[in-house]
Amino acid sequence: MTLDLIESHGLTLEEYERIKKRLGREPNLTELGIFSVMWSEHCSYKSSRPHLRKLPTKGPQVIEGPGENAGVIDIGEGLAAVFKIESHNHPSFIEPYQGAATGVGGIIRDIFTMGARPIALLNSLHFGPLEQPANQLIMEGVVAGIAGYGNCIGIPTVGGEIYFQERYSHNPIVNVFCLGVAPVDQICRAKASGVGNPVIYVGARTGRDGIHGVTMASEEFSEDSQSKRPNVQVGDPFLEKLLLEACLEAMKAGVVVGIQDMGGAGLTCSTCEMGSRGGTGVEIELARVPQREENMSPYEIMLSESQERMLLVGQKGREEELLRIFGKWDLEAVVIGEVRECPNLVVYNKGQKIVEIPNRSLADEAPQYHRPAEKPRYLSELIRWQDLDFPQPSDYNTLMLEMLKSPHLCSRRWVYQQYDHMVRTNTVVVPGSDAAVLRLKGTRGGLAISLDGNSRYCYLDPGMGAMLAVAESCRNVACSGARPLAATNCLNFGSPENPEVMWQFIETVEGIAQACKTFDTPITGGNVSFYNETNGAAVFPTPVLGIVGKIDDLQFARESHFKDAGDEVYLLGETRAELGGSIYLEQVGLPLCGPCPTVDPSQEKVLQDGLLELIRKGLIESAHDVSEGGLALALAECCLAPGCGLQVEASTSLRPDYYLFSEAPTRVVVSVKKKEEAEFLQAVSSLPVTRLGTVAHEDFQLSVNEQLLISIPIPTILREWNTSLDRVFGIE
Amino acid sequence: MKFGVIIFPGSNCDHDTYHALKHAMGQETVFLWHQDTDLQNVDAIIIPGGFSYGDYLRCGAIAKFSPIMGSVHRHTRDGKLVLGICNGFQILQEARLLPGVLLRNAGLKFICRHVHLRTENGETPFTTACKKGQILRLPIAHNDGNFFISPDELVQLQENEQIVFRYCDPDGNITPEANPNGSVHSIAAVRNREGNVMALMPHPERASEPLLGSKDGRSIFQSMINQEK
Repeated sequence: MTLDLIESHGLTLEEYERIKKRLGREPNLTELGIFSVMWSEHCSYKSSRPHLRKLPTKGPQVIEGPGENAGVIDIGEGLAAVFKIESHNHPSFIEPYQGAATGVGGIIRDIFTMGARPIALLNSLHFGPLEQPANQLIMEGVVAGIAGYGNCIGIPTVGGEIYFQERYSHNPIVNVFCLGVAPVDQICRAKASGVGNPVIYVGARTGRDGIHGVTMASEEFSEDSQSKRPNVQVGDPFLEKLLLEACLEAMKAGVVVGIQDMGGAGLTCSTCEMGSRGGTGVEIELARVPQREENMSPYEIMLSESQERMLLVGQKGREEELLRIFGKWDLEAVVIGEVRECPNLVVYNKGQKIVEIPNRSLADEAPQYHRPAEKPRYLSELIRWQDLDFPQPSDYNTLMLEMLKSPHLCSRRWVYQQYDHMVRTNTVVVPGSDAAVLRLKGTRGGLAISLDGNSRYCYLDPGMGAMLAVAESCRNVACSGARPLAATNCLNFGSPENPEVMWQFIETVEGIAQACKTFDTPITGGNVSFYNETNGAAVFPTPVLGIVGKIDDLQFARESHFKDAGDEVYLLGETRAELGGSIYLEQVGLPLCGPCPTVDPSQEKVLQDGLLELIRKGLIESAHDVSEGGLALALAECCLAPGCGLQVEASTSLRPDYYLFSEAPTRVVVSVKKKEEAEFLQAVSSLPVTRLGTVAHEDFQLSVNEQLLISIPIPTILREWNTSLDRVFGIE
Repeated sequence: MKFGVIIFPGSNCDHDTYHALKHAMGQETVFLWHQDTDLQNVDAIIIPGGFSYGDYLRCGAIAKFSPIMGSVHRHTRDGKLVLGICNGFQILQEARLLPGVLLRNAGLKFICRHVHLRTENGETPFTTACKKGQILRLPIAHNDGNFFISPDELVQLQENEQIVFRYCDPDGNITPEANPNGSVHSIAAVRNREGNVMALMPHPERASEPLLGSKDGRSIFQSMINQEK
């Protein structure tokens, strides 16, 4: 074994020594390849694991926390929600369509392998500014890839978020979330148990595609990243649709003991992880693995990341039944091995033993690194917005229109109309509101889901930014009328070998931990994506929080937009002048300055609980959280979907532009029926509340301290806001 | 009325259609498997939306060879009802049971949103619950819904009153802006000459319950149910 060979596998010399110690001998090439993928950052979480332990993962609602293919929570009525978020950043930069599409395919497999029927997809996308044609191409490809896969397999893409920032130009963030539903007693685990049970390979044939994909995902990019294109896999959503139906049918028939998808690190990862979880051994014969190409070496077969493949442990004696179900769906299913007592991964090739490694050493005993962390220098050099002297806008109307058509705040219609967001007929609240709401067929209830994370705040203050992300995601779910139940997260960072990045990461995890404890939303799983940097420039720290909430009765589901002219509009929460990291400052041409807004999670919790109570009392017609763009933008958004107007007469002691565009959290715009107003005011007494104005028919008019600052006809706003992305992508 | 919903590999609106018929419309409904030929004595067949065979080769091109399609042809010859929705429209065209073809959308992108339809023919077995000129609001979700037919055949379609729904604006005006996918003559639905086979690109099964924002799709299913003697 040469040093070159070891290093080309992304392993350090110390790690190699550790492997030798575990085996008591030198590994052969195939074994080296197996260790290299299992001990990669992507599979082993070797830099993040010591910190992730700080996250709250338990609660009466949690059925399955981190460690399985996906998290599982109890949503009542005998049902469980199974959900997870995952990144596909690196492949999406190299080949946007296939990178994003296979990301969707992977997260869907994680859900249905748990025995759940996937019912919703969401995504969080971060791109470089659209002024650069290269970024347009990436965005167009990613959106088309998500649409191509999700639409074909027939799972609705119901929501998400999109951000633009220069740091993502060469490193887009593509995080995909999937949620499924299953009866609690039908949840299936990724465990190889029952000595003598058959190990079965199902789905696509194994090819030479994607070998070392996870190793690629654990490296930084340089100029020659495009040469990594052959490492990106190609997705086949039709084949996965068949796999989905066949696997659910097989699990329902009770012939599946354990199941795991072959995603990153393919056959290697699925065999040793299932064995490790079951405390068993897995023995396979590679000659039986269906192969797409001739003369594949054991090394290639074990490391291939060909898509749409599953590994199952069946019940001994019921193999025929299992194979018949897969045959019905025109799928190839082959018994390739057996569960064994001795807890090793044993691989034969044409009868010759070529691999024997303890499962635990691969799946659980990768080295863990307490990497050095150091507060980044840039944080002490940040400009404070309060120290800048900038004038009030001379023309609020123009400013407002400019903000509404900016890529940060314009309508996402161009994106979500490409996604089938209605298939499966569960989508009660379609994209464009605060959270997606899905009904649970056969019950009166539903689920609300939101993905959030503002990386500008996280750059300015990673810990606070993380808390803000949890708070906003919970707030969006609460605005929809749902009680937040649990969370998943995707943590996208630069290289953990850079102490400044490691510091950002640790702060972020601690922020999430603190906020999730307060909101009682345990983390049930997720994904860490490091090495998001190109030519030494890291992305902003980008945690993405996914919150799932429950609505017991869908008559209490709420949308963000106003319902009827004449309804009264109120603001719950207090407006403080918090403009650091705001869209407003960027719009008026100021550099990114701090400090970012601050959130007190316990105060936020009081607001959200109060809001939910008001909704359940039937006192609220609509609820919309105030976030990017501040109060002015939140109010405009409430008017746009229904095309109604608004008349606001606000008073404040703040400078009017601070008041209108501050991004202080813990605020919600609600509308109330005139006849409910008295009761509303009585019920709301424990929360800070301000009357803003009345829903009108046509114009959007905002007065502050008796001065009319904004007056624009709604059709004008609507045109600018709705068609902004259409214009970028050349259609009108 | 007994409905049968065909499942092809890749169908993905099969469960939605079943749910709408069985639970929203309260009708006896069964699934029909593409490899079977037995239609289980259904009165009406629905070919649901989705991506049968992944839309590989051409939308609907592979599904037409499934064993069940022979039974669909016989069912049609017997004068019984067949409704195609979205991918079902494409399959029925490939099977030569309906005229025209469906091309890529003019904008070359998948489109999912609500559209308005104007009822052009209120006297088909699929539209008796609508009046001529009535406007329905239904969702579309397709990549290949751009109806195309030669000018001569279009004249025939018009003469035989085979155009059932056209895309319109909320007030019922047929305009280029209200045509989401570039369809010739803004055609959204056609029937065969005999009148017992119809297909449309929009999804009535997604608009059969108030919770989902529109129940206009019910009138199509209700019209079919009204045919039961």
